[in-house]
This record gives sequence, C-alpha cells and structure tokens, in this order.
Amino acid sequence: MRIVAEHLSYTYNADTLFATAALKDVSLTVEEGEFFGIIGHTGSGKSTFVQHLNGLIRVPSSMKRYKKKKPKKGQALPPQTVLTVGEYDLTDKKTNFRELRKHVGMVFQYPEYQLFAETVKEDVAFGLKNFSEKKPTNEEITEAVRAALEVVGLNYNEIAKKSPFELSGGQKRRVAIAGVIVTRPEILVLDEPAAGLDPVGKREIMELLHKLHKEWCKTVIIVSHDMDEISENCTRAAVFSEGSVRYVLPPHELFQKREELRALGLDIPLTARLCEKLEQAGVKLDCDFTIDDFVAKLSALKEGKA
Amino acid sequence: MKDVSFGQYYPVSSFVHRMDPRLKILFLIAFITAIFLATSFYGLAICAGVLLLIILLSRVPVGKVFREIRGILFIVILTSVLNIFFYRGETEYWSWKFLSITREGLIFSAFLVCRLILLVTCSSMLTYTTSPVELTDGIESLLTPLKWIRFPVHELALIMSIALRFIPILMDETERIKNAQKARGADFESGGLIKRIRAIVPVLIPLLLSALRRAEELGDAMDARCYSGGRKRTKYKKLRLTWRDFVGFLVGAAVVTGVVLLRVYGVGTL
Repeated sequence: MRIVAEHLSYTYNADTLFATAALKDVSLTVEEGEFFGIIGHTGSGKSTFVQHLNGLIRVPSSMKRYKKKKPKKGQALPPQTVLTVGEYDLTDKKTNFRELRKHVGMVFQYPEYQLFAETVKEDVAFGLKNFSEKKPTNEEITEAVRAALEVVGLNYNEIAKKSPFELSGGQKRRVAIAGVIVTRPEILVLDEPAAGLDPVGKREIMELLHKLHKEWCKTVIIVSHDMDEISENCTRAAVFSEGSVRYVLPPHELFQKREELRALGLDIPLTARLCEKLEQAGVKLDCDFTIDDFVAKLSALKEGKA
Repeated sequence: MKDVSFGQYYPVSSFVHRMDPRLKILFLIAFITAIFLATSFYGLAICAGVLLLIILLSRVPVGKVFREIRGILFIVILTSVLNIFFYRGETEYWSWKFLSITREGLIFSAFLVCRLILLVTCSSMLTYTTSPVELTDGIESLLTPLKWIRFPVHELALIMSIALRFIPILMDETERIKNAQKARGADFESGGLIKRIRAIVPVLIPLLLSALRRAEELGDAMDARCYSGGRKRTKYKKLRLTWRDFVGFLVGAAVVTGVVLLRVYGVGTL
C-alpha cells in the first residue's frame, strides 16, 4: 500500500481562540516496502501527520470547503487535499476507517500504557477480535497470538497466561507491539518506539522492527528524534518543522545537510558528527552514515595509509 | 497542543476579568440571593440589566453566553410545562380534570423561566471570566476564617487546584488511550448501551492506572521539595482589591437593595 498526501493541512481547535496550525500544506509519498523515518521536534506536526494515516484524525473534506467558499472566476482554485493509503481515500467520509485501521497498525508512544486486559493473551487478541468479520475460534486466536508474541521475541507458553501488569517494562512494550501486529497490518507506524528504553532495549526494539519489516509488514514508518536510529535503519526520512515538510531524502543524503538541520534545531547522527570532525582535520570520508559503513570506510582509509 | 480549551474560561482581558476573584464570588452570591428575593418582573429586570452590562463589559461574546442556556433547556421546559398546567389561578382559560391553564399560571411560569435563565447565565459569567486557578485562590481566601475551627482550608484548596490542574492532562490522556484502542479496532460509536459500556473498559483501566501513577509521581515530587501544608506559605499571586472591586461592590449592593425595596413595597409582586 502506497501512502500519498498532498496539500494536507490541519488546525487544532479550529475557529477558537486556541487555534494552532499543526500541519501546513504537507505533501509526502511513502512507497510500499519502505522503512520510512519521520524526524522533527515536539510540536513539529509529525505525530499529527501519522495520526492521519489511519483516520484517527480526519481530513476535512475538500469538497465541502469548495461549497463553503466558491472561488470567484479568475481566482485560482485552492489546492486540492489528497490523502490516500492504498486504495482508501481518506478525504472521503464514506471510507471504511475500521477496515483501514486493520491494514495500518499504529503503535503510539509508550504503548505499554494501553494494556488493559487480565492476561497477555487477551490483550494481544483484542485487536484480532475487533477486526475479524466473524468471531474467530479459540484455536485461531491462540495461533495468531502465539505467532505475534513469538515474532516480538516472547515465549507464548511462559507469558500468555500472565497479567500484563506483572511484566517488565521492555516486555510490556513488546506485548503492546504484538497487540498491534497480530492482525498483520501491511503498514506499521510507530511513534517513538524506543523512547524511554536503555541502549540495549533500544537496539533490541530496532532489531525487532527490522525483523517485522522483513516478515510481517511491508512498510514500516517510525517517528523519532533520535538521529542515529534514523541513519541506521531508514531507507528514507522526512524532516518536519513547524508543520511543514522540509526535506524528504535517504539518510546518507539528508545528513550531508548538517548546517540546514542544525538551523532547524535538529541533531545529526554520531557518524555524521565524526565525519565532520574528520573533515575539519582534512580527511574526507564518504560513508552512508551507518555505523558499519563508517567503521569499514575508516579502517579501509587507515589501511590505505599504513 | 491538543484541545487545551477546558472548562469555560474565556481568556481575554477586561474589566470583569481583572476583578478580584473573591469579590466576584461574593458578587455572584449576592446576585443569586437578589434573584431569589425578587418577587416581581421589575426585580428580575434590574438583575437582567446589570447582568447584561457585565456581559458587555466582560467582552465575552453574547452568543457564547446564551449558548449556556441550551444545557438547561430540559429543566426550563419541564418547569414551565408543570407550572402552566398545575398552577391554581383565577382566570381560567382551559381546564380538564385536574389540569388547567390560567392567566396566573402562564405569568408565573414565565417568571420562573426568566429566573432560571438569569441564574445560569450569571453563574457561567463567573467561570467565563475567572480562570480555575483564580477561582480556587479566591475560595481559599474566602474560607480562611474557617481555619479558626481547624478546618483544613489550605489542604482543601490544594486538592481542588490539583484536581483542576489534572483535568486537562487526564482529558489528553483519555484521548491518547482512546486513539490507541481505536487503532486496535475498538469501536466506541456504535452498538447498544451494554456494548458501549463494555467498550469503555479498555480505556478506563489504563486511564485509572495512569492517574494513580501520576498521583504518586506528584506526591513524590512534592515530598522531594519538602512541601508541607498551609502554615507560613506565601503566595506567588497575591489577591488585591482595586477600584474595580469597589465598583463591583457598589453595583452588587445596589442590586440587592433595589430588589429588596421592590419586595418590601410590593411593587408588581406576582
């Protein structure tokens, strides 16, 4: 499923004293099969954007706006808002949003806080039961839950009957992710999936996402402000700032723009910082800013000199 | 970022907004007393006139104020219908068994409707022009005399202000959890009553847990800064009476006196 957004705008508390524009004329395309990153500060509109993708925030129908304000002759038509995910048109009120949500899994920040059921199994099965056309049999549920828990690296036999509240933080997060992927969404969106985890936990989550990207979900979108996460994992990344998209580039091109990113108040990955230092010392190192590539190029350089 | 508008506070600066919250609370009490003391349309007219003046001074859009009335529409209709049919009067227009419509009944129910509308409008004017924080400060200050009988005024005010402070946070949290469960296919909008109540459980449990967690964190944070009760605490925002409050006091006194005079001399009493 391909995601296409054109001229997407959104204002919170529209028509009140508290009106804040969260998205201003955003145009963005995410191809099927990408591992896409979304970077930006708090309040840059990145979360608002991803919440559009499964219809949690609705696009005001552009047709309605035309009716409200008919442009005069000779006046340019306002740009038409487009938002489609696969064949779903999200600007259309009649779209079946529940069906869409089955295909677009959404893992919110700190997803462990949405656990509620008595057992892990029930919690993971929640989405499955909600999305199934007819009531799934017990075996079907067990099978799906087992598969989902196993792919996130948990042992079904050990954990399924436990209360989700007696698990450790990392385990809870995995259970919560399992609860989203259990319906096998084609697109998986994660808002700060590694937030609040220790370095090992972070690495494990990112490894998990790669595994999911290969085996379960065709497209993975992560929202993050950890640049290392982006440079290590993403095929492309979009930079949000003050509600608009500034850049959409593969990381190895994006992080060449050190000054531009700093001007937006954003960081650059560790590897890019090291490259910068090397450059200042007069050594030009051409790498794609992943740690592996950086190390390989650096050792090659060293051996070449030796 | 999200829906920060909570409650009714309408954040503009005006004469009424800048009045001392204590005086506004007292004014409201006096005003409500006056409305109840009024026995004639003249009395209500005085209140209505002053209220209109306050609304205009406060720069809150008039339409917004009157929208409040929708909330009590049911009660208004119920009281007026009951009074129209059950009020015993002399000039009968229509009667059937124990029901009757009389001239007096019609007038009296019109009077009650006016009274109700005035009551709701004047109370909502307080919340439109006073932020929750000011309101609790005002209440705390007004309740200070109760300290003499060892009533924990400061603690009560603290509980109130913390509760108020947490409402927007918890609303935000509810929205977040609701969205998360919606993303997992939860359906809050369709189905019968039982189904809808059951649909709330996946929101309620995480919300409750998060409220408890936040309460604990706040308690720890207060402990860590050695917070302790009311004694010898100073205020960041000191309440001070100004000429505006003097004007408010005069107007309030005038309204009550006017209404009482009308009542005593029986002018237009129903």
